Amino acid sequence: MIPAEFDYVAPATVDEAVRALAAGGEDAKVMAGGQSLIPVLRMRLAVPTVVVDLSGLTELTGVHDDGDSLRIGAMTTHYEVQRDPLVREHARLLRLATDTVADPQVRHRGTFGGSLAHADPAGDLLAPALALDAVMVCVGPSGTREVPAAEFFVDYFTTALAPDELLTHVKVPKLTGWGAHYEKFNRVAQAWSIVGVAAALRVSGGRIADARVGLTNMGPTPVRARGVEEALIGQPATAESITSAATRAAEGADPPSDGNADAEYRSHLARVLTERAVTAAVSA
Amino acid sequence: MTATVEPEVGKARRRKEDARLITGATRWTDNLQLTGMLHMALLRSPVAHARITSIDVTEAVKMPGVLVVLTGQDLAAEQGSLPCAWPITEDMLAPPAPSLAVDRVNFAGEAVALVVARSAAEAHDALSLIDVDYEDLPVVLDLESAIADDADLVHPDLGSNKSATWVFDSADAGTGSDVDQTIADAEVVVERTFRQQRLIPAFMEPRSVVVDPSPDSVTMWSATQVPHILRWMLAAVLGIPEQQIRVIAPDVGGGFGGKLQVTPEEVLTLLVARRLGKPVKWTESRTESMLSAHHGRDQLQRITISARRDGTVTGLKVDLLADMGAYLRLVSPGVPILGAFMFNAIYKFPAYRFTCTNVFTTKVPTDAYRGAGRPEATFAIERIMDELAAELGVDPLELRERNWIKHDEFPFTTVAGLTYDSGNYEAATARAKELFGYEALRAEQAERRANGDPVQLGIGISTYTEMCGLAPSRVLGALRYAAGGWEHAAIRMLPTGKVELITGTSPHGQGHVTAWSQIVADRLGVPFEDVEVLHGDTRVAHRGMDSYGSRSLAVGGVAVVLAADKVLAKARTVAAHLMEVAEDDVEFTAGTFSVRGTSTTMALGDVVVAAHVAHNLPDGVEPGLDAEATFDPENFSYPHGTHLCATEVDTQTGAVKIRSYVCVDDVGKVVNPLIVEGQVHGGLAQGIAQALYEEAVHDESGTLTTATLADYLVPSAVDLPHFTTDRTETPATSNPLGVKGVGEAGTIASTPAVVNSIVDAVRHMGVSEVEMPCTPMRVWKAIHRRGDGVPTTPGAGGGLGSLDSRSAEERGGAE
Repeated sequence: MIPAEFDYVAPATVDEAVRALAAGGEDAKVMAGGQSLIPVLRMRLAVPTVVVDLSGLTELTGVHDDGDSLRIGAMTTHYEVQRDPLVREHARLLRLATDTVADPQVRHRGTFGGSLAHADPAGDLLAPALALDAVMVCVGPSGTREVPAAEFFVDYFTTALAPDELLTHVKVPKLTGWGAHYEKFNRVAQAWSIVGVAAALRVSGGRIADARVGLTNMGPTPVRARGVEEALIGQPATAESITSAATRAAEGADPPSDGNADAEYRSHLARVLTERAVTAAVSA
Repeated sequence: MTATVEPEVGKARRRKEDARLITGATRWTDNLQLTGMLHMALLRSPVAHARITSIDVTEAVKMPGVLVVLTGQDLAAEQGSLPCAWPITEDMLAPPAPSLAVDRVNFAGEAVALVVARSAAEAHDALSLIDVDYEDLPVVLDLESAIADDADLVHPDLGSNKSATWVFDSADAGTGSDVDQTIADAEVVVERTFRQQRLIPAFMEPRSVVVDPSPDSVTMWSATQVPHILRWMLAAVLGIPEQQIRVIAPDVGGGFGGKLQVTPEEVLTLLVARRLGKPVKWTESRTESMLSAHHGRDQLQRITISARRDGTVTGLKVDLLADMGAYLRLVSPGVPILGAFMFNAIYKFPAYRFTCTNVFTTKVPTDAYRGAGRPEATFAIERIMDELAAELGVDPLELRERNWIKHDEFPFTTVAGLTYDSGNYEAATARAKELFGYEALRAEQAERRANGDPVQLGIGISTYTEMCGLAPSRVLGALRYAAGGWEHAAIRMLPTGKVELITGTSPHGQGHVTAWSQIVADRLGVPFEDVEVLHGDTRVAHRGMDSYGSRSLAVGGVAVVLAADKVLAKARTVAAHLMEVAEDDVEFTAGTFSVRGTSTTMALGDVVVAAHVAHNLPDGVEPGLDAEATFDPENFSYPHGTHLCATEVDTQTGAVKIRSYVCVDDVGKVVNPLIVEGQVHGGLAQGIAQALYEEAVHDESGTLTTATLADYLVPSAVDLPHFTTDRTETPATSNPLGVKGVGEAGTIASTPAVVNSIVDAVRHMGVSEVEMPCTPMRVWKAIHRRGDGVPTTPGAGGGLGSLDSRSAEERGGAE
């Protein structure tokens, strides 16, 4: 298919990009890696008047050590995230989830920030960002603001970003030495998650000292499985306590019903996959 | 050259054509750029069933680059009705099938208006400004409801949604006894209903058409499997003298039956090109393809099998409802009928009745899809054999063995009236069991059951046969098919000794260029590299019946042999004359004529030159050695084999993982084992895809909700297991090559093997059926008895299927 006509802007700096977005108004679209936007344009499900291509913004690439947290440029590709030694050491959950995104071609073009800003609840990086308490650095005409992941994801394909704001960086608090696992459930390898569970755990003296669990595609936004976390923290890292905690996985979720899974089955999957993810994270 | 040259036939040659196909250094239809070429785009109905009350094109024609916007009304007088070449019964109901809807639309995706513009982008832009008013009519989606007395009608003028009912009864045909009586008297009866979900052929190259008109002739390039049939039908539908139509199928990127069609788009591209007097191109997008190119399968199968307690089958009754969709396309009505002869499969049933009712619905028309009727039949019989085995408490492989035709019983005339010429089911099954480790897997299965392992193991069996080599023309005539089943080949012996082979088959990925070169090289004793294979252009390959139904080698390849033999026969005459000996004293080996008992020889190349220059030919012999031949088979060919599949079913999630897959196929003699291996792998992938992944889903308004490859799940290599393949080789006796055909075997055999293995894994948990595709949710619900309501809405993911509820509707309306 052929996209409808649009103007194309390729800014060289964040300031230029923000100005282009402000000028473009409601009908401007940001293109990061283009892996979601281009199909949508080609199907004419989106008909923007202007596309602001961020691929020239080299200042938004790379992973930086900010002390207690990592600062990941929004334009860092999945491939770069997968291979980054800082991510590997301090945000293993993010790396494991990124490994499951689509296929190598997509991971070479698609970006971390693009995935988060696109806010597809079936995307694999939203739940880890939420579970890791990531903070989104957003730049607009009136300056920079930081939005916690819990407030960033608003609805299906909707974030707290204003139309003239740009996600420039993501701050990911370091969870050095934590166990982690991302359990993805789908029908074919290249598909999005039917349900995914992101788990990060700190085990100390045989007990679960801290736990973070996020769910993919269990609602219009990624879901934090607080009930599971509560049930895990302080418990011995045993199969019994994990099984028991996992029964609370779907609490507070609002799972969709679609051709792959209805809400009942999704809730069931969330429980089974949470048990598997947490078990794997404990031994990881 | 000596007699010890290694034969080409049997060599695992890499395909000649692959380098250019894989690197794209080739000419697909969409690559064609002709001077002054215009572009056509089609507006498609977003609704499944409606009256068109008005179409306003005022704004669209004002758009930049637009030359013309046409509706069905504009073309009503000239577009004719798309052909259906297979009226299966005398009283079959067939609606008129316009290429561009005139006053009604009968499926979502049907074309309602067209734009021709200077660029494809301008044509697509203008589509959004065409304003169509639809007055909704009730949709007809469900097969069983469609045939109810009070059903809403797809085509009210026809008075019924039943197009035709076709019956084969062994008692009437004299091939067996009465099935109702048999079932009434039976010791054991098992009845099941299976659903063949709707599938989308999903060929890799979307369809594309280019038409170059001139005042006295028209050339069409099309991504088609059937250039010859297309030319004939274009002449018939549009009244253009056939000699003024040239159809070219250039390199075509896959078809799977999906390009065995005469399409609305081909007709429309031709009509507008002639109207404007300029070349016009139309190329579809993936979604457009999924919404409008014909679909496959879609049957409801009620199967009754009867047997004695000892496991001997006594009767088989098949009642089918087959979804035609909204129109009858080229061979739509005959697809389920091809299955009629295959339900009895390799088993010795004394009584059989097949009844099929073809039903109209407001969905995309169905037609041929890899296997066409035979996968449906094989699925049903292989599934119900497993159910019968469960009922009888015997091993499903033993049940099959008790009932199949033994190797010393061939030729065997079946209850469906076909004569199977050869086969050896025992040998293929023994080899498959050995490769599979059948007994060890059964032991592991028992252990997992005993331990209550959350992951259960199942073993699925499919001992299939199929009818290939379509087809003896007289049989097609008896089945009321409009064409013959022969194939043509011609050989041009060039003065330098090189060979041009012209074939009437139309390869679109099968590797005919390589395989045909191997056949000719052996037959004529020329190097493989010296053979050029020409195909797909009706002005070069002037006679042909094209490629489908695993017919190309078994029919077209035999025509190649016959043509080569004619070349040799004439060459022998010329050689004898030149060597001044009697023809009977001349032998031909590996490209050289020799005189028996002497050292006198003459190379074929020298004979070719002599025949070409014609300085010294026997009286009455025409110059040149060119020859042509047409082969009309006397019988079908019957590949068979045994497929064994082991799956692990995660009872907690319903996820299915194929642990091992073994197939031992008998496709007769093999020309190129590498090509055969590729066909088997691809076929398995497609058959497994039906079992596990693919389904064309419509929502309650008749909108196809799986109109992207994000929603319609075609598996990739990583989703499929390692395949262990092997062959037994029982030559076909019905053709001189001994070949049977391999294009569809994997697809036909694999689907029931996979589903049988899933059911086998969880039968002890009370499961006796999982509807296809066996998605994790369906498997989980079957185990946990949760009912089987699968939502029809597309899933989330990537902003494709899930943007919002609006998206599905808009997709229907998008180009």
